[in-house]
Amino acid sequence: MMVLGHDHVRVDGRDKVTGVARYGVEKRPDDALHAWAVRATVARGRVTGIDTEAALATPGVVEVLTWRNAPRLEDADDDELQVLQDDHVAYRGQVVALVVAETLEVAREVASTLDVRYETEPHDVALAIDHPGLYAPEQANAGADTDSARGDVEEGLASSSHVVEAVYETPALFNNPMEPHATVAWWEDGALRMVDSTQGTTPTAQTMATLFGLDEPQVRVTAEHVGGGFGSKGTPKANPVLAAMAAKVTGRPVALAWTRQMMFGLAGYRTPTISRVRLGADADGRLQAISHEAFSQTSRLEEFTEQTAEYVRHMYDSRTALTTHRVTQLDVHTPSWMRAPGECPGAYAIESALDELAHTAGIDPVELRRRNEPEVDPETGAPYSSRQLMACHDRAAELFGWAGRDPRPGVRRDGHWLVGTGVASSSYPAMAAPSGARATALPDGTFRVGVNATDIGTGARTVMLQAAAEELKVEPEQVDLHIADSDLPHGAVAGGSSGSASWGWAVAKACRALRSRMATERVPDEGLEVVVDTAEDLKGRASLARFAYGAQMVEARVDVRTGEVVVPRWVGVFAAGRILNPRTARSQLLGGMTMGLSMALHEEGLLDERFGGWANHDLATYHVAANADVGDLTIEWLPEDDGELGPLRSKGIGEIGIVGAAAAVANAVWHATGVRVRSLPIQPDKLLDRLPG
Amino acid sequence: MRAFDYVRPDTEDEALALLAEPGTSALAGGTNLVDLMRLGVARPERVVDVDRLGSTEVVERDGSLWIGAGVRNSDLAAHPVVRERLPALSRALLAAASGQLRNRASTGGNLLQRTRCVYFMDPTKPCNKREPGTGCPAVDGLSRDLAVLGHSEHCIATHPGDMSVALVALEAVVHVRTAEGDLSIPAVDFHRLPGDEPHRDTNLPAGALVTAVEVPLTPLAGRSTYRKARDRRSFAFGLVTVAAALTVEDGVVADVRLVLGSVAHKPWRATVAEDAIRGRAASGSVFDDAVRAELAAARPTDQNAFKVELARRLSVATLHELAGGRA
Ligand SMILES: Cc1cc2nc3c(=O)[nH]c(=O)nc-3n(C[C@H](O)[C@H](O)[C@H](O)COP(=O)(O)OP(=O)(O)OC[C@H]3O[C@@H](n4cnc5c(N)ncnc54)[C@H](O)[C@@H]3O)c2cc1C
Ligand code: SF4
Repeated sequence: MMVLGHDHVRVDGRDKVTGVARYGVEKRPDDALHAWAVRATVARGRVTGIDTEAALATPGVVEVLTWRNAPRLEDADDDELQVLQDDHVAYRGQVVALVVAETLEVAREVASTLDVRYETEPHDVALAIDHPGLYAPEQANAGADTDSARGDVEEGLASSSHVVEAVYETPALFNNPMEPHATVAWWEDGALRMVDSTQGTTPTAQTMATLFGLDEPQVRVTAEHVGGGFGSKGTPKANPVLAAMAAKVTGRPVALAWTRQMMFGLAGYRTPTISRVRLGADADGRLQAISHEAFSQTSRLEEFTEQTAEYVRHMYDSRTALTTHRVTQLDVHTPSWMRAPGECPGAYAIESALDELAHTAGIDPVELRRRNEPEVDPETGAPYSSRQLMACHDRAAELFGWAGRDPRPGVRRDGHWLVGTGVASSSYPAMAAPSGARATALPDGTFRVGVNATDIGTGARTVMLQAAAEELKVEPEQVDLHIADSDLPHGAVAGGSSGSASWGWAVAKACRALRSRMATERVPDEGLEVVVDTAEDLKGRASLARFAYGAQMVEARVDVRTGEVVVPRWVGVFAAGRILNPRTARSQLLGGMTMGLSMALHEEGLLDERFGGWANHDLATYHVAANADVGDLTIEWLPEDDGELGPLRSKGIGEIGIVGAAAAVANAVWHATGVRVRSLPIQPDKLLDRLPG
Repeated sequence: MRAFDYVRPDTEDEALALLAEPGTSALAGGTNLVDLMRLGVARPERVVDVDRLGSTEVVERDGSLWIGAGVRNSDLAAHPVVRERLPALSRALLAAASGQLRNRASTGGNLLQRTRCVYFMDPTKPCNKREPGTGCPAVDGLSRDLAVLGHSEHCIATHPGDMSVALVALEAVVHVRTAEGDLSIPAVDFHRLPGDEPHRDTNLPAGALVTAVEVPLTPLAGRSTYRKARDRRSFAFGLVTVAAALTVEDGVVADVRLVLGSVAHKPWRATVAEDAIRGRAASGSVFDDAVRAELAAARPTDQNAFKVELARRLSVATLHELAGGRA
């Protein structure tokens, strides 16, 4: 039977579109209280007083938690989670109190009128390339090295025939999943139970256990349906902590959800990034030097360094290379994971700079990439498990009609439109993390499989069912799948495009082990069960560079009357190992590319330095691409059989679509207009006065 | 959100009596007011639901189209007379908000929608419009989307709507009922400039009800159009919008209307430009010169200077398209 690799509708699709599926706070017990967060209105300082008396006197109010009366927490290695532990305000919008009431309306009104007094201190909220606070962190995110150098990049630049030097900027970006962060928490005999909108119930349970001084089995977190995360629910934010505290103090279940406005200040975000890129190439376009210096911000509470320069380290060959990360602490909330952290802003900078180099050197941008294909990972020297970057470009070129492209910028006019095309590469590491799984054969011939996957809308539930059915050699209908429950064997977080590979590995291992036992054992009445873990298997893997690749080609049209940009045509071709379910894979790639379009043209957190926080904090003022912005998207993937990836032979497709996407758009806008916008998003005001007419 | 009383009167007289009390707001489709209440920007003690009182009729009478205050934006946009004889109005409505919002939004409520200035929308920050006397942080702050014409040191907000820009170009009249009697306010005078009273968006007397909008069905109106430049292809407020109408006889402009949206506290009727165009050849640099003359009065901030150039390009292009029969 072949189940994996075939189109399978989402098993929970019908429940979702008919409203039967319940999310987060919709799953609260009837007697649940409602909590509402009160947020600091100063960017830095101290809380000097909170008039809780008036609030507590309001009918319906059950409790007001402040730093004075909130339960004390243990250290869980993330100071952003130390909510209501002292009187310090580290950023505008930080939670300074929690109102708990019988109804949502009362909680909200009392929270919005609570009298909180502050002592303010001067604040600093703006990142700059020359910010005096910039320093070299010990590490960037995900274990990436802070700095790395190969040869002497200054010499490489000096000896180059063609040099490009430019600074590229991306603004603060917000994940904004449809379902906000939300938790229902209650306590039963000293044990904590929660329904949380999270990308991983195992890490959430572990963190809650640490914070509340519990053993891990005393915490159970479930997340049956999660309305998206894009990384923002990859690590717990303040919501589960506050809900658990309120439930503890009141002795009742407590429901807490962020509003859309709060999603811009309490849910993490992608830091603004500044990239100084220098590329040098010889007369033939062979890179002699790559230098990528990346700058980003973090909070005063926690260090989070976007690994922006990590992308190029593994991507293109160069005789010399230098990559650095510098970060500065500001009076802002802590940035966090957002779809392709590091790779996304990094590829925007590098793929844009390559386009500039192609123009300077007079070489077709696809050809320039071809000339700099590495034999082995330039950073580590490890061979690639598979690398079909140029095959992706070639197929994309065929689909798009790239051949014969006129390289000159700003010369194609169609009525009031200037027309151009652009290209960028995409790449994302193919990772896997240890996971456990449980497989049980039942006497009636059906199976139960438990794996702590989380389905954040990606289709993970469906794909895990396919994996189990394939390995057990039964129909999916014969498998009863359990996911998203921290009582299951430990599962990896739904992040890093590694979920399917990680959980699937454990599912395959459990099912294979079960089948081999079934070959010799009878299934007893209580069922035959195996429990496995993949930690050892992962350790035993060869040292290889494992990455997925892609090529994106875009047509952009710019209206000379207004500077408005439209993208009518877009081709993305990817090589990402085995595609487990074409339907759900396509929607991930399409979603990633669309989010990249949105990053290129629309998304921007606006800062007013005088106030701190983000000035725009709703979806009317923080634009994401609308349906009308998305043109004709063509998505294909290449066959790829890579035996070095684990039993599912898949690379992960959740993030790669956004990598390089914004550069492809920016390059096409340049080709259309001759205007190089190096600071996203590309909005009419950045083009208008340089357009003809 | 503050607890409030909700009343649904059966007659306009009852509604007017209720609206006379301070702390009372009229509610129609609720797409603006309810948002502002949730945010704590509007905090009425009492909400008077006039949604079912407003006429939902669109009728042709005495050479005009009469549009009831309760007519939904989507119904109005699709009305055959509007589509054929008032194209600027239909296009303006369809350029606004989203399908869902247009299904809900009323004609009266649309006229009275409030600014989208980010400080106005955030009760944790000062704003003269929301809380008179607290100051205007937008003047030296985030002003990219705000006014370039007719603003004051007290407020640089814009009227963000689309429909009213077209109504001004079409020389519509807003019909109003007050406790003292009926009023007719020309659309061009309905919204006001901020001056030193930025909390007042319009010249509608307190407690009054908009009952209908009357739009003359002239040949000029039939040669009108609406253009909206924005940051995304749909569901975005305008950066600059243009409602224009033009008739040409023997290569000479017989009549013209030019109104700019999203550039001022009210739809900006470009009378300087209109006067410079009327009776002149509909070609060459006439339109450009005229629009430049109009925009000479612009006083942009660093952040919104582009809107002046955008207004120029969009106006000139739209006028040329109308002159060439292409709009
Ligand atoms: C996300 C979003 C995007 C939007 N985009 C656009 C856009 O691009 N362009 C655009 O033009 N608009 C846009 N809008 C605004 C929308 O057009 C208005 O919200 C809508 O027209 C208001 O109509 P309503 O009937 O819902 O008014 P309500 O919200 O019910 O009322 C609005 C105001 O009008 C008053 N009012 C209502 N009826 C009367 C009456 N008969 N007499 C006196 N006072 C009355 C109310 O007291 C209130 O102050 C957008 C709105 C949203 C939420
Ligand atoms: S521009 Fe007007 S609405 Fe905006 S902050 Fe200033 S006073 Fe308030």
